[in-house]
Amino acid sequence: MIQIQNVSKWYGQFQVLTDCTTSIAKGEVVVVCGPSGSGKSTLIKCVNGLEPVQQGKIIVDGIQVNDPATNLPKLRSHVGMVFQHFELFPHMSIIQNLAIGQVKVLGRSQDEANERGMKLLDRVGIKSHANKFPGELSGGQQQRVAIARALSMDPICMLFDEPTSALDPEMISEVLDVMVDLAHEGMTMMVVTHEMGFARKVAHRVVFMDQGKIVEDASKDEFFGQPRSDRAQQFLSKILNH
Amino acid sequence: MNYHWNWNVFFQTIPSGDETYLAWIIHGLGWTVSISLAAWVIALVLGSVMGTLRTVPNTGLRLIGHAWVEFFRNVPLLMQLFIWFFVVPEMLPRDWGMWVKQDMPAKEFITAFVALGLFTSARVAEQVRAGIQALPRGQRNAGLAIGFTQAQTYRYVILPMAFRIIIPPLTSEFMNAFKNSGVAYTVGVWELIFVSRQMVEETGGQVIESLIVPTVLYILCAYAANQLMAVIDRRAHVPGFIVAK
Repeated sequence: MIQIQNVSKWYGQFQVLTDCTTSIAKGEVVVVCGPSGSGKSTLIKCVNGLEPVQQGKIIVDGIQVNDPATNLPKLRSHVGMVFQHFELFPHMSIIQNLAIGQVKVLGRSQDEANERGMKLLDRVGIKSHANKFPGELSGGQQQRVAIARALSMDPICMLFDEPTSALDPEMISEVLDVMVDLAHEGMTMMVVTHEMGFARKVAHRVVFMDQGKIVEDASKDEFFGQPRSDRAQQFLSKILNH
Repeated sequence: MNYHWNWNVFFQTIPSGDETYLAWIIHGLGWTVSISLAAWVIALVLGSVMGTLRTVPNTGLRLIGHAWVEFFRNVPLLMQLFIWFFVVPEMLPRDWGMWVKQDMPAKEFITAFVALGLFTSARVAEQVRAGIQALPRGQRNAGLAIGFTQAQTYRYVILPMAFRIIIPPLTSEFMNAFKNSGVAYTVGVWELIFVSRQMVEETGGQVIESLIVPTVLYILCAYAANQLMAVIDRRAHVPGFIVAK
């Protein structure tokens, strides 16, 4: 579903990604973790072309993302993305947030889009807030809406860029619950997160990054059992101690 | 103060005899409002386009926006008006230039509102750019990520919020359009300042009355603009969204 092949990226002189290679199969849940500044958020933004890459190839569903001829809006409409800071559209009601992409990009009718939107809001437990505005919801609620918005486009895979990092501890679980359900339904997911509990529960593989390189790319059991690299061991020992 | 007040001066007829000074002032107000509103339409449309261009990924388009702003922002308004009025007609092909100079209807009025509109557009453009850049960068990514093109992202995501944020500075700019319209008197539009100066000369000493009334009218115009923008601000309010003001 997602192939990342020898990808390198620079911001000016500074290399943020170095020869990254990994892939995510259909139905697979891959957690990407690593210390801050390791390039994991940058990598996930390259997958749907929000960030350009200078070397290598990224292929999503058979289409090369970093080919200038690719119709990026069309490709992105099938790739759901959830951001650290939710990024709901503040001037639109919750249901409008879910409908606008369906109407303007997928060409669905407003009624159809609202109906699909309401179903998804129900699923993430926000149905009663459909006519409120994002600013009237808590962070956890907003992030659940953001997930529903991404799902409203019927994505073939989902990208999560630190979806719980901006949340209060109490709200993290309500968002993770939605993500766990999604994983159990067989959604293909690439998740940048520090939530190791989530990784343990649903990830098939864990990719560990440090200084722009993929240091470890292992099955979940391998990763949590005995990571091969010292750097990953160090990282795990630090975050699992608490 | 040894000043002879005479408010009746407004009911005297002007030298040509066909209307009172009061009627003349009201006509002047009409021209002032017309120039200001026409200029504001130009400023809002072109300012929005140019301000947006300054933020797009395409370097060529960004340069166009940049050049536009620097030209219209860095030359004094009065100089710009003179350039449009005296210089541009000379630079047109001969026949066009002659037409503009001799036959173009209401050429003083049109030149004045175009000049003021373009001048103001540079200022509006800067505010639009600032509004766009004040939004979290993630908003653009969120628009693109659900499959919007760049244009759709601007239309549905970025501009609706950017304009809401810049309503306060746009209000000042709208008020400035009224105040700056006074330069039109230099090319012979019979707007408020023109009328007021004529009155000072013709009424033989009723300087204060001749200046106070137009001044009050300017205040009312600017205040009306302010109140109109306040109504728009309230209508555009987004529940739960807090902008530092």
